[in-house]
Amino acid sequence: MRTIGYIVQKEFKQIFRNKGMLPIIFILPILQLVILSNAATYEVKNIKFAYIDADRTSTSRSLIEKFNASSYFDVLMDFPSNKIANFAMLAGEVDVVLEIPIHFERNLIKEKSATLGISINAIDGAAAGLESVYINQIIQGYNRDIRVSLMDTSHRSIKPINISSSPSFWYNTSLDYKTFMVPGILVLLVTMITLFLSGMNIVREKEIGTLEQINVTPIKKSQFIMGKLFPFWIIGMGLLTIGLILAKLIFNTPMLGNIPLLYLYTSIYILVILGMGLLISNFTDTQQQAMFIAWFFIVIFILMSGLFTPIESMPQWAQIFTEINPIKYFVEVMRMVLLKGAGLQVILPQLLKTLAYALVMNALAVWSYKKVN
Amino acid sequence: MKNENVIEVENLTKAFGAFKAVNAISFEVKKGEIFGFLGANGAGKTTAIKMLIGISHPTSGKAKVVDFDVYTQPEAIKRNIGYMSQRFALYDDLTVQENINFFGGIYGLSRKAIRQKSKDSLVELGMHEISSKLVGSLPLGWKQKLSFSVALLHEPKIVFLDEPTGGVDPITRRQFWEMIYKAADQGTTIFVTTHYMDEAEYCDRVSIMVEGKIEALDTPKNLKQQFKVASMNEVFLKLARNIE
Repeated sequence: MRTIGYIVQKEFKQIFRNKGMLPIIFILPILQLVILSNAATYEVKNIKFAYIDADRTSTSRSLIEKFNASSYFDVLMDFPSNKIANFAMLAGEVDVVLEIPIHFERNLIKEKSATLGISINAIDGAAAGLESVYINQIIQGYNRDIRVSLMDTSHRSIKPINISSSPSFWYNTSLDYKTFMVPGILVLLVTMITLFLSGMNIVREKEIGTLEQINVTPIKKSQFIMGKLFPFWIIGMGLLTIGLILAKLIFNTPMLGNIPLLYLYTSIYILVILGMGLLISNFTDTQQQAMFIAWFFIVIFILMSGLFTPIESMPQWAQIFTEINPIKYFVEVMRMVLLKGAGLQVILPQLLKTLAYALVMNALAVWSYKKVN
Repeated sequence: MKNENVIEVENLTKAFGAFKAVNAISFEVKKGEIFGFLGANGAGKTTAIKMLIGISHPTSGKAKVVDFDVYTQPEAIKRNIGYMSQRFALYDDLTVQENINFFGGIYGLSRKAIRQKSKDSLVELGMHEISSKLVGSLPLGWKQKLSFSVALLHEPKIVFLDEPTGGVDPITRRQFWEMIYKAADQGTTIFVTTHYMDEAEYCDRVSIMVEGKIEALDTPKNLKQQFKVASMNEVFLKLARNIE
């Protein structure tokens, strides 16, 4: 125990003495939380909208007015021809072009139907889908309005059949994407910092030659590793604390669940990440190698964690792969506890899987750490 | 009669593939001796030392260090030896005192013992006034002397010094050797590698390694007689040339 104490003491001294490292540990995650949470949004807003009005009637103008009134669309310009509109689309100046054909108003009144041309930039398929939905909503709304007005002029009053549904949104009642993102970003920063620090740490001692000196002492492998990892465990828990405080203060993220439960889960989760970092350390010779390998894993784990894209929409093989992704579990637990107020029973599967993961990772790490070559 | 050998090596070999870095070396080192382990760069000295201090598995052969077997009891060996590597291996970002505390601590010394020991060695090194300075800011010669003191903290029976005076000025080298003599006087066995042939003259016995093999082993005086030359330098050159 005393031996571990000496190592912990030494590590803390070195971490807090390293003026280049401290900001990386504490400032970067905060910036990450603030910037990413604000920028990583699923909402499609400020759609660059243009139109070609070949009809130029009061009907076509009132349709355009509908788009103008919507907060999703920025009505930018009126193109005289298709060709110019296509060019603007190519140059990225507009995302959506609405083409109102000639005789639009006439057809609508005479034949009770008219067609509109809509072109959407669909490079980002998800955004294009949303834009299409918004456009349809606006046009449908417009449809209803003119139907009523057309009916009025013909003095008939048959009530149109209407089916309406009003969904009730649970957990994130205001559909605020930040409520969804902030807990996820919090996972990200706790994971990245602890993985990089632990991955870099032992390999650094390899590089400067002090590890050999340690290997010549009678220190036990497990003592050394525990002493090495404990400081990063503390830092990880500290980061969680800072992150939660910021989430509350800046984003007013709901925290419905039991916070000590979240800490319990995180304390186990960090062990997984630290074991992983150590494993990377054991199999690399330079900090550069360790950094690249850590990046490789972290990028895959983040993209497949359900943090940005739902796991349910991944292909089958990818869904199976996410079972061994520790970040996935942490994202789930974080969202469940903070946003849904889930208790121990609900997160128990994740907790047990993470615990098993931690045991395996650290066993591998201790096993692969060699005092003798 | 009690066995006075603290190191016994028989046909010790380390092979990396077909290349034998250390090729069946045999020797003994007596208690309290200053044993010079000489050889050109790449002769296999460091590889041999790494096997003796228990951080590298021998390919074949036998070796006992302080009565412990290098194959089966490397951790027992580690408790009884001190080691100072070619590369400076204290922590640059810790102070002199913190380095002493850390290494004393992981060797299991009590706080009181660490306090006493560090006071003694800091006074001896003349470093008590700079004990709160970062080691990284010290000149190389001071660092090496400090490393040696740290290697002696837990009163090991043998100290392995791998080129301890490389790149150090003559005055500091001189002081370093005074420290070595003092430790040897107190009964510590010194196992030292060096490139400086004047330092070889200070050793009780010297072995000269060439391409993985020990080509000569005797007192400096006998070696000079054997090769009919005036200095260890010439002994070394003669041996190295013969091989070429």
